[in-house]
Amino acid sequence: MSANSLMTPPTVSLPDTAPPPPFGRELIRATDLTAFYGTFAAVKNVTIGFEANRVHALIGPSGCGKSTFLRTLNRMHEVVGGHVTGRVLLGRDDIYGPRVSLTNLRRRVGMVFQKPTPFPTMSIYQNVAAGLKVGARQSRPEIDAIVERALQQAGLWNEVKDRLRQSAVALSGGQQQRLCIARTIAPEPAVILLDEPTASLDPQGTQRIEELLFNLKKDFTIIIVTHNMQQAARVSDTTTFFYLGTMVETGATKQIFTAPTQERTEAYITGRFG
Amino acid sequence: MNRLVWRRWKSRIMVGLMIGAVVVAVAPLLLILGTLVARGAGSINLAFFTQLPVPAGETGGGVAHAIVGTLLMVGVAGLIGLPIGIGAGMFCAEYPKNRLATVARFVADVMNGTPSIVIGVFAWTLIVAKQKHFSGFAGSAALAMIMIPMVMRTTEEMIKLVPHSLREAALALGYARWRTSLSVVVRTCLPGIVTGSLLAIARVAGETAPLLFTALGSQFMSRDLNQPMAALPLTVFTYATGPYDDWHRIAWATALVLIMVVLVLSLLARIATRQRFDVRQ
Repeated sequence: MSANSLMTPPTVSLPDTAPPPPFGRELIRATDLTAFYGTFAAVKNVTIGFEANRVHALIGPSGCGKSTFLRTLNRMHEVVGGHVTGRVLLGRDDIYGPRVSLTNLRRRVGMVFQKPTPFPTMSIYQNVAAGLKVGARQSRPEIDAIVERALQQAGLWNEVKDRLRQSAVALSGGQQQRLCIARTIAPEPAVILLDEPTASLDPQGTQRIEELLFNLKKDFTIIIVTHNMQQAARVSDTTTFFYLGTMVETGATKQIFTAPTQERTEAYITGRFG
Repeated sequence: MNRLVWRRWKSRIMVGLMIGAVVVAVAPLLLILGTLVARGAGSINLAFFTQLPVPAGETGGGVAHAIVGTLLMVGVAGLIGLPIGIGAGMFCAEYPKNRLATVARFVADVMNGTPSIVIGVFAWTLIVAKQKHFSGFAGSAALAMIMIPMVMRTTEEMIKLVPHSLREAALALGYARWRTSLSVVVRTCLPGIVTGSLLAIARVAGETAPLLFTALGSQFMSRDLNQPMAALPLTVFTYATGPYDDWHRIAWATALVLIMVVLVLSLLARIATRQRFDVRQ
């Protein structure tokens, strides 16, 4: 095996699912979106729509702006002092509109991060219920039911149902990440943003999460940033390629991986750079 | 092979040096405790905790007035100093680049390096000189002034240790900033803040200089913060510098009581804020 062969990507396997219908309902759309850190534009004039109940992958080399773009969709970009120009419509609402409640926005657009972030002072149960605190008051049985449903959906219920009162940080990394997914979906958001959710997990943990995404898209619209192109090919319905802050190409995953229209896309997915 | 032997020896020497450093660091502490117990324990009995001092020459009596005085003054100092210190620390951690935070941080660092007697003199001009009498409250104010910068700086440092990812996770759930800060960030580092607060309480419980000009000390039981008040360190000071052997014994015993009071306070606060879980992040 030559050293060079390590650079050649393995054959990409595509999911055996029917291609997405061409005219799905578009749930979230960015128009001419530019995201700044100070005066530096990390994302430049991106216009893209995401259909409901699909998994959308954002790929591209490090520093290409894909994570920054993802964070503009729930206005987490502002947390690190950034600002944006352009528009993002969620349904019919402009999320950068003047009277938008960040709390309501983030309840509709949930987010899972690269490193699992269970709250260390809370039990497993409390972690899953954490996002419910900012909504309308719910009774204990209601919360119990939501916690169970969220853990079921995240594929974690059977592993933790007997230790819901125990610490969340005693779980393995993969379990912690699924716990974070349960915490994110408990308030029933419309959109879930995942920022390299498997980057810190082992292959088994990664596989569990990928299987999950397949089930979750029945109920949620999923946008996932990933460095792993096989992962994008396996889990996503559409793929968008970012490079140097611009959106180079977007389309059905099968098309992007087999017949990209842009030369840079092809160069990236065949491993010639990035 | 020779090199391997040399490496092993080097390791042993280094470990030995470090163990030596630990022994040297701990030895004074053990010596102090040992001396206190050896010299003071003999004079401690129930009466020592419950009775007032007797005139010189008589045996018996106790330091109940000083125990009450220290608990009262340190308690009030904590009520004033901890909320202000923790609040200011939270502000500095939440708005690190704010002008006010930068100034506050600098002032706190200077205050932390200020000799406590200076703070005593300041409390004297601020309160005692105006009211024209010494008081327990003036003592509490002086102690609070020592606590605030300590607590403020430790609170800020503890909050800064909480990973930014936890804050982001809470914000991404739709938590408002205040809720993120209180129920996630501060909650996560609460044991650290409690430890910092305890250190500050322990430190001021043993302060003598700031009380000399403020609480003054007293031979009587006083629960009135508006009156001069006894305190354990002041009692140690008075009896240790007195001419009688009996007084010296009382000074040793009082010093031992002072350490026990600090120990009990620490234990109580630890139990009250005990972590339900093992926090490993």
